Amino acid sequence: MSHLKHFQFNAKRRQVLKGLAGAGLTTVMGGFGIKAAQAAGKVTMGFIYVGPRDDFGYNQAHYEGKSALAKQSWIKAVDQENVPETIEVQKVMEGMINLDGAQVLFPTSFGYFDPHILKVAPKYPNVMFLHCGGLYDAKKHPKNVGSYFGYIDEPVYVSGIVAGHMSKTGKLGYIAAMPIPQVLRNINNFTMAARSVNPKITVQVVFTGGWSNPVKEAEAANSLIDQGIDVLTCHVDSPKVVVETAEKRGIYSCGYHANQAKLAPKGFLTGAEWNWSKVYLDYAKMIAGGEKIPNLIRGGFKEGIVKSSPYGKAVSAKAKAHADKVRAQFMAGDFVVYKGPIKDNTGKTVVPQGKAYGQTDIWLESMDWLVEGVIGSTKG
Amino acid sequence: MNADDIQWLNVFIAVLGGATRVGTPFLFVSLGECLTEKSGRINLGLEGNLIMGAMAGYGISWLTGSPWLGVFAAGATGLVLGFIHALLCQQPRVNDIAVGIALMILGTGLAFFLGKPLIQPSAPKLAAVHLASWSDNPALRSALEINILFVVGALLAPAMAWFFKNTRWGLAIRTVGESDDAARAMGLDINGVRMLATMAGGFLAGVGGAFLSLYYPGGWSEGLSSGQGLMAVALVIFARWDPIRCLYASLLFGGAGALGPALQSVGVTSGYYLFNAAPYALTLVLMIATSSTKVRSRMPGTLAAR
Repeated sequence: MSHLKHFQFNAKRRQVLKGLAGAGLTTVMGGFGIKAAQAAGKVTMGFIYVGPRDDFGYNQAHYEGKSALAKQSWIKAVDQENVPETIEVQKVMEGMINLDGAQVLFPTSFGYFDPHILKVAPKYPNVMFLHCGGLYDAKKHPKNVGSYFGYIDEPVYVSGIVAGHMSKTGKLGYIAAMPIPQVLRNINNFTMAARSVNPKITVQVVFTGGWSNPVKEAEAANSLIDQGIDVLTCHVDSPKVVVETAEKRGIYSCGYHANQAKLAPKGFLTGAEWNWSKVYLDYAKMIAGGEKIPNLIRGGFKEGIVKSSPYGKAVSAKAKAHADKVRAQFMAGDFVVYKGPIKDNTGKTVVPQGKAYGQTDIWLESMDWLVEGVIGSTKG
Repeated sequence: MNADDIQWLNVFIAVLGGATRVGTPFLFVSLGECLTEKSGRINLGLEGNLIMGAMAGYGISWLTGSPWLGVFAAGATGLVLGFIHALLCQQPRVNDIAVGIALMILGTGLAFFLGKPLIQPSAPKLAAVHLASWSDNPALRSALEINILFVVGALLAPAMAWFFKNTRWGLAIRTVGESDDAARAMGLDINGVRMLATMAGGFLAGVGGAFLSLYYPGGWSEGLSSGQGLMAVALVIFARWDPIRCLYASLLFGGAGALGPALQSVGVTSGYYLFNAAPYALTLVLMIATSSTKVRSRMPGTLAAR
């Protein structure tokens, strides 16, 4: 009987869930969903995205990771897209636990963590909540919460090398949502990489003020191209508009989050991508093997968490060779980007001579400056 | 000219280009709303028409390979939404504002739902007319890439003004909008006129959506419209129900939207939050500045009476 009920609940999960949540019954009903899934001997994983799963960007990267799991017969992967960072995500999480029997949840958006994951996690101590981002703190947060994230600034650095080689005007453009540390770190990596090829290169930054604002992104791209920029990249949720506008205006572009090569067959150079399929499969194997899941997973090229998009056909052999060399150094783990002396774009020394901050250094996670060569300001 | 002057010239050119690129959706929606409101009804649902139009236009262009069929399909979905609005509003004791909000939510949700398979494919887009191929300034060339839809909209504004003033149909719409009693005395079918005006207005808003997905910024995504449809409704009040002023207001808002990115790209790096918010701040300022009795005197009588 409980199996039958479980089946019906799945079919109309959303409606039933709303009713249950309204009546405050969700927790009482919990339990048989997990039993049902465990009886089948499958690992059940739930994925939640803040936007559409085919956005050519952040959400698509996670969706591709989830899709790779679906090929494994011993994994049951469920997902839901367009879940806002509100109480809605709590309902979705509880629904995946109670109705699909999820043993591990991946709420992938930054804003899902506090308060939503922190509120739901204590109710379900047997479920693991893994958040994509850097907010987890072992001292403060429940044991069944964890986080995973990648050093995507490594492939961004590689993109910068390629951009530096391919630019003729020496002017690069960066369209970014807002000046938060992760964004600034990407801009700085891109700039330092390009300037390691040609020290005269400048990177012009435009902040659009939002993660998804296609009209502003197109306006920014056009304005930058009017100023003579010949390689454009971005840090917004979906690079689609930026890459397409660059292609239309006949300049080069570097992608972000996922592979945008097919949007710009002529001008796409390379891009920084997440490699979530590996991360998610590793987690699934840990669960199947009964291992304890680590609360914190971090990594770059070396750990296989990030990758570069395949080179576009415009990329010169010299650029490829240089980029491959740098990537190999990242793989070996002996490449330090933030090695002094480094000045910011106001002329102040931020990393003195002789000082170096390795990839895992926590100081880099509070970055609030733009490196020399960037035209832009962190203060609005 | 020194380098500074050239920079400012470039900002000016970018704002000029932005006025036509960013402003065209505003223009179509505000002309549509102007037409509907002239007949004495407010359709707040045009944001829904805009998004539905963007989705349908993109879908049809992708399926048939003809962007112009897409534009037509976008208008047709707007027409249908306008018809639903008018049909609901002519029932007794139905509030047009509430129906508009409901249709806005319906249109947006339906477009997101039906548009799922349209995010990835690349549909043929509308072509631009290059007015500045004589110039070797890339900024000027890109600013003067005008889409034919903008030209249509810009011609439609004076045509609509002439239509209101000089034709029997225009008079009928104005009469229905001014006073139910006068319209009845003239033997006009009030609901019929309002139905046609709402449907035509819905059509225009749908075409505005096609501009978003088939020209600028191009492509279908769920974040395509950032409230342009809603702002365009506010524009009509600022334009005092005058189609020609709708054109000016749309250009002004388009230009304001282009200001933030343009300033940053020439290296004016401070104050970008303020400049990015320029269109919204402008809406507020204009609403306050124009909410005088002078505006109310231009308001269609049946709207002013409630």
